[in-house]
Amino acid sequence: MTIESTRRGFLKGAAAAGLTIGFRPDGVLAASSAGNPAMLTPFVRIDPDGAVTAIIKHFEMGQGTSTGLATLIAEEFGLDLDQVSYAFAPSNPRIYNNLFFGPLQGTGGSTAMANSFLQYRQAGAAAREMLLQAAADHWNMDKSELAISDGMVAGGGKAAPLADFVAAAAALEVPVDPPLKDPEDFVLIGNPNTARLDNLPKVTGQAVFAMDKHVPDQMIAVILRSPKFGGLLNGFNASDAEGMPGFVHAAALPNKAGVAVFADSTWAAIQARDAVTADWDFSMAESRSSDQMTAELSNMVNSEPEFVVRGEPGLEAVEIALDSSPSSVEAEYSLPYLCHAMMEPLNCVIEPASDGGVVVHDGCQSPTATHNVMMQVLGLPFEKVRINTLFAGGSFGRRFSAAADYHVEAALAFAVSGGKRPVKLVWTREDDIKGGYYRPVFAHKVRVGVGPDGSIAGWDHRIAGQSIFKGTFFEQVVVQNGIDFTSVEGIPDTPYAIPAQFVGLTDFKSPVTVTWLRSVGHTHTAYVMETMMDMAAGKAGIDPVEFRLLHLPGDTPDQKRMRAVLELAAEKSGWSRNLSEGLYQGVAVHKSFDSFVAEVAEVSVRDGAVKIEKMTCAVDCGLAVNPDIIKAQIESAVGYGLGLAMRNEITLTDGEVDQWNFPDYEPLRIGDIGMIETHIVPSSEAPTGIGEPGTPPAAPAVANAVHAATGIRMMSLPFSKHIDFA
Amino acid sequence: MKLSINRTEYDVKAEPDTPLLWVLRDELGLTGTKFGCGVAACGACTVHVDGVPVRSCVTYAEDAEGSEVTTIEGLDSRIAQAVQRAWVELNVVQCGYCQSGQIMSAVGLLSEIPSPTSEEIDDYMFGNVCRCATYQRIRAAVARAAEIIEA
Repeated sequence: MTIESTRRGFLKGAAAAGLTIGFRPDGVLAASSAGNPAMLTPFVRIDPDGAVTAIIKHFEMGQGTSTGLATLIAEEFGLDLDQVSYAFAPSNPRIYNNLFFGPLQGTGGSTAMANSFLQYRQAGAAAREMLLQAAADHWNMDKSELAISDGMVAGGGKAAPLADFVAAAAALEVPVDPPLKDPEDFVLIGNPNTARLDNLPKVTGQAVFAMDKHVPDQMIAVILRSPKFGGLLNGFNASDAEGMPGFVHAAALPNKAGVAVFADSTWAAIQARDAVTADWDFSMAESRSSDQMTAELSNMVNSEPEFVVRGEPGLEAVEIALDSSPSSVEAEYSLPYLCHAMMEPLNCVIEPASDGGVVVHDGCQSPTATHNVMMQVLGLPFEKVRINTLFAGGSFGRRFSAAADYHVEAALAFAVSGGKRPVKLVWTREDDIKGGYYRPVFAHKVRVGVGPDGSIAGWDHRIAGQSIFKGTFFEQVVVQNGIDFTSVEGIPDTPYAIPAQFVGLTDFKSPVTVTWLRSVGHTHTAYVMETMMDMAAGKAGIDPVEFRLLHLPGDTPDQKRMRAVLELAAEKSGWSRNLSEGLYQGVAVHKSFDSFVAEVAEVSVRDGAVKIEKMTCAVDCGLAVNPDIIKAQIESAVGYGLGLAMRNEITLTDGEVDQWNFPDYEPLRIGDIGMIETHIVPSSEAPTGIGEPGTPPAAPAVANAVHAATGIRMMSLPFSKHIDFA
Repeated sequence: MKLSINRTEYDVKAEPDTPLLWVLRDELGLTGTKFGCGVAACGACTVHVDGVPVRSCVTYAEDAEGSEVTTIEGLDSRIAQAVQRAWVELNVVQCGYCQSGQIMSAVGLLSEIPSPTSEEIDDYMFGNVCRCATYQRIRAAVARAAEIIEA
């Protein structure tokens, strides 16, 4: 369902006295009805016929948020999950903001459930209380005698459908602080048998992604971009495209980033672009090759760091601890650029509206960022931009970059086209693979001292890589003392008890565009931390699980939770040094997005080829709202992380990307890995992240298993540089 | 050019060498068939031509003339219904973008091999990429669909 239908539905509902409940910008519950139709921003809507719709402020990229937030409404309302439908919210940074992001509506950092958990429950509870009060008034009973079940208000021998009380409820004051259910009484939250609400449209081909949006009279725009990052357009020649069937015209983007090629159909646009040639100014462009970049990064981690991230007790103390350790391990790592490569290539549609504004149809990860781009580029006031959020065919972070890159592109293309016809921007897979906004390259150099008792005495960790936040809109908020913490997250804040740790960071600069990718800095920091822990355990002569537990004494809540997932994964995997012939295990555990995940990888080696046979995972993400979705997210995060680690890298030759499409950026396929088994630690803590935390431990767990099997330590990624896979 | 799609005859205006994918999506509005890579490397565009799964992104529209094309919108066989039911039972989908193609391939598989082994499933479904990595649920759902059909 879309915002258009949401709005129509609401307005119709309001006219016929439906009930909508939401929040004021200060977080206080608010309701509207026919008498107060100003509120177009509800969290739950009850139509006059009793139909209940949860309004989802986040986008759905597959992570299950629409089901999750609808579950919260249904739970408090007293409805079955299949009695609640859902619609994506319009853009409003004061009402639908992510409560962890300030006045910004957006999905990221695995926060969708965590920031919404109380909000959606309160909205559902308010709806329940108002309907019960209306029924109590009607039957002249006390509200406490009534309850909602099976879509009916019932009690004291009376029963009637919700529809009978919607109009009366809409005339009531919204309760300020409706009572929330005792977690003991949850029926849906924590229920392992709930079904996803988006199953049916997605198995019948009816789900509408922005790629599927077809607005009458639309033109398709594909962009001819600089082959080198940072190149600027000097000029172009589209004469060979003239006369091609469907070709409309070509125009330079005003920011000189490329040529927009317009056609009446997608295929015509793709073909016409192939016929356009362009001349570029590469004076500011990246011209290095990956080998040079790797060498420069290595230099950085072997030199004085630019920033000291963790300096207590000071480098000197760490060096003394290291020098006085009876043994130490040292390693240098090289980690490549990575492309998200979600299934649906980037796209969005900008449609001119009759009021002189625009409607943007998009699998919109941050409506606020997109809204701002449209206002700035097209010179429109807030109220003349509307965002119609549709399903997103994956994202892994790519549909919300700090630069809002593809929205800027689409807005510029719409502007240069004259703004009369709707413009649908379409990226091809080649555009995606070559198009930047990658997980940045990183190098790490680590020295770990192991004391006489086998525990870590000192840890010296140098990191060099490209900052995601510097030079962006978010720099002022995120970067502190020159440090972009996402470059190092998971290292200085590790829950492990490490008596002396030094963490140094040096920024690597390049015109290659970078952004967050599923689990952000943890994509590389967990790999280094957890393979170093394995090497240190080997040096200490202690079992890798035991070694980690030794450094998780349980002095802090984090250590307790990390310990618990590690113990659970070890137990469920049958962690042992005496596996069946030909099977080898490796372990990793990591905290990210306030959740804890431990994974044990089991690999086999046949004829020199490695097969990942099984991944046993244990997760603590606080209260498990939809356990099956949590399992699915761990399966997805593990598969995503392993696919990247096994054989993906983006490399450059003289500044140009070497890879092209899936054949040389080979995605994980069905036979590549065996079963992923997930165990959830029971918890009554508030829900924390689940979309990302499964990714960080996956690659190091497999790397450690590969070492156990082959003796090979993989200090650079992807794995395919070092080993073959079965 | 005349094409028979989901048992309906269409008079198609596109150039004969246009990939079938774009005829389906742009001209006929059958957007359940997805664009993923354009080079037959991901399977998101899988349709059936005379009952056999093909990658519509590398199939010229003219080559489908005289054949019966089935897309996700036209699936209604007993096998297809079992596959869709199994997909729902096991909550296979995540983002869902690849799933039309996955289901078209799964229907092709079960039409050829009624009770495939795990290896046969992996071999047949190898060409269908899912970036959400729903693979183990796909494997289980194909097996479940086989059970449903047999029952």
